[in-house]
Amino acid sequence: MVDLSFPGLLNYWFVFLLMLIGLYIVIAHENLIKKIVGLNVFQVSVFVFYISVAKVKGGTAPILADGIEVYSNPLPHVLILTAIVVGLAMTALGLALVVRVQESFGIIEDDELRALEDQQEDEGNNA
Amino acid sequence: MTGMRRKIVLRVVSKLLIPFILLFGLYVQWHGDFGPGGGFQAGVIFAAGFVLYGLIFGLGTLREALPSWLTRVVLVLGVLLYAGVGVVTMLMGGNFLGYNVLGATPQGGQHIGIVLIEFGVGMTVFAAVMTIFCAFAGRAAADVNPVDDIGGDNG
Amino acid sequence: MSFIETHISVLVVIVPLIAAPFCILLRNSVTAWAWATVVCLVTMALAVQLLQQVWLGGTISYDLGNWPGPWGIVYRVDELGAFVVLIVAALAAIVLPYAKTSIEREIPKERHYLVYCMLLLCIAGLLGMAVTSDAFNLFVFLEISSLATYVLVGIGQDRRALTAALRYLILGTLGATFYVIGIGMLYQMTGSLNMTDLATLLPAVQDTRTVHAALAFIVVGFGLKLAMFPLHFWLPNAYTFAPSAVTVFLAATATKVAIYSLIRLIFTVFGDIEPLETYNLRFAVIILAVAGMFAGSLMAIFQTNIKRMLAYSSVAQVGYMILGISIGNALAMAGGIIHMFNHALMKGALFMVMGCVMYMLGSVKLEDMAGLGKRMPFTAAAFVAGGFSLIGVPLTVGFVSKFYLVQGALLAGWWPIALLIMLSSLLAIIYVWRVVEMMYFRSPAIGHGQMTEAPMTLLIPTYVLLAAVFWFGIDATFTGDLAMAAAESLLGGSK
Repeated sequence: MVDLSFPGLLNYWFVFLLMLIGLYIVIAHENLIKKIVGLNVFQVSVFVFYISVAKVKGGTAPILADGIEVYSNPLPHVLILTAIVVGLAMTALGLALVVRVQESFGIIEDDELRALEDQQEDEGNNA
Repeated sequence: MTGMRRKIVLRVVSKLLIPFILLFGLYVQWHGDFGPGGGFQAGVIFAAGFVLYGLIFGLGTLREALPSWLTRVVLVLGVLLYAGVGVVTMLMGGNFLGYNVLGATPQGGQHIGIVLIEFGVGMTVFAAVMTIFCAFAGRAAADVNPVDDIGGDNG
Repeated sequence: MSFIETHISVLVVIVPLIAAPFCILLRNSVTAWAWATVVCLVTMALAVQLLQQVWLGGTISYDLGNWPGPWGIVYRVDELGAFVVLIVAALAAIVLPYAKTSIEREIPKERHYLVYCMLLLCIAGLLGMAVTSDAFNLFVFLEISSLATYVLVGIGQDRRALTAALRYLILGTLGATFYVIGIGMLYQMTGSLNMTDLATLLPAVQDTRTVHAALAFIVVGFGLKLAMFPLHFWLPNAYTFAPSAVTVFLAATATKVAIYSLIRLIFTVFGDIEPLETYNLRFAVIILAVAGMFAGSLMAIFQTNIKRMLAYSSVAQVGYMILGISIGNALAMAGGIIHMFNHALMKGALFMVMGCVMYMLGSVKLEDMAGLGKRMPFTAAAFVAGGFSLIGVPLTVGFVSKFYLVQGALLAGWWPIALLIMLSSLLAIIYVWRVVEMMYFRSPAIGHGQMTEAPMTLLIPTYVLLAAVFWFGIDATFTGDLAMAAAESLLGGSK
């Protein structure tokens, strides 16, 4: 069994705190920009998680040099570099969509958007 | 976006800073296979220089220095350089992206391969960040020509 | 071995991937379309070659960059992988010729080249998901295809396409990130990302809470991507408001590839643990699958927008596939796999019909279908044929997959499940019949009596897909043998 005792795995406590904060923002906030910010917080928590996994106690940066025996695992760093780029693309695309939503609906509040959409559905114009 | 060209402090400081930002970007790019660095970081740092320029001197001026056709071509060339290296290694008898066959020795081949690949990554990341920036900045601006918004939705 | 034979498993991915940026350079609607079409045909030829090689010579392994597994990324294609590659490539090759006419009507001209670029990227991502044997690489390809999909959905002409795309983006990103968390936990426990390597390392740590949590994250993550009930909320609007050609491609392939990935993770990565047994998940998954079958069909009955009706029907069909996977014998598993292929054909054909209707009428509302049997006889007939397959009438592919599923359920001794499959088919009759009734037994609104058939460029691809629906419905030896072989190797690997 994994020992989740406090503060032995402090990093993971914070990772999951951050994760839940992000998830909460995505679910609870109606503002679309806030939702995307929440999504980012959520993703960052995963980045921190991977970097925590990679850390080796007493290890240095994984650069090959004389006298370095113990170094952190470089692989998760590379994975997270990729994930960051994916996150960048996601954020850019999400914000671009929010801009377009604002331009065509005039609002970016999810609940009001839903109401507008239902209205359009009932009017039945060009569906 | 007219920028902030009337703020003299910003203008002078940014003019001083931008060459060094670009130089640092290039350093991170080409030093990437000996120390920390690589195409992703270099591309973003290099783009940051241009973003600063755009913020201070306005999108129109930025677009004169970096027209949209150029970012588009760089975006495509970067991807093609990356994939092209992969195809060349396949034609030379290795697997896709198997750099060993590129040089006389496997180590030499790895060096050539990683430098080319990272350059491709750097180009694409730079161009992608610039297109994203210009697409968003162009949306807000009423006083500039409508910018080409490719890449606002391109990751 | 020839160049193509050696590199086949990577070629299917990189051909569309390299081709995509050229669309940005071409920028012209027609040339970008022609280019994308040629590329899709080449990819299709490669996919056929890949399937042939796998069928004759067994699983193909390919080390990217000559780095051997488990350190490097390995592409590993078995029967199931090759089958999924064929589904994606074949549908792409049929959708692209169809797309030109449809997209010209629905999207402003200056954005056409972006659509083709994104379609190629989406294809590359989906094919990559099918061939890769590296858990993190799977995430990267998943995101390539997903990001392209969000763009494609958001480019639709109705403004609600934007909100649909945004909600899809939010849920899709949550799903993908859940998957990354799961993979991170597995990596933490085993130190490997290679799927075959993970499969051998996992049993040693199968009783840790980390692995349990990892499995939960992975299943929920992919559950979101494949629209498993009750995680399907993004799907109906995304399919409804995306451009017609895009809906055809997405409905036919995107969820299938996500299901394939879930199969790969449950039966290959977690294969030796047999998570459905060990963690007592089988019953829960079956309940979700059956609930999806009924909820999807019931929701479909009450829709007035036919594209949304078909989208809800997709939720129900995903339920069949999940059911097939979760029953746990080779016959049912083959039913689930074969249904991936069959559903791609029939839902593709039905959404193509909706594209034809959209092209002529500019609407896919139920009330606008009145008298369509007279006005667009070929289009309406195609809908009826596709609808038959959705219901599961003999001689169509829909019957074949349900036949396998029912047999599988009976073999497992679960006759109530078999009964439920039959019952949910009855619901399909209701929602298909509503449309058929409207098309054939209502007179059209005044002034719409004349016959105006959709152009041939739309009808021919539709009928090609329909021909496949009947061909593989009458002679299911090819798909059946393939699915059985894939199912047996999946379940055999878990023994």
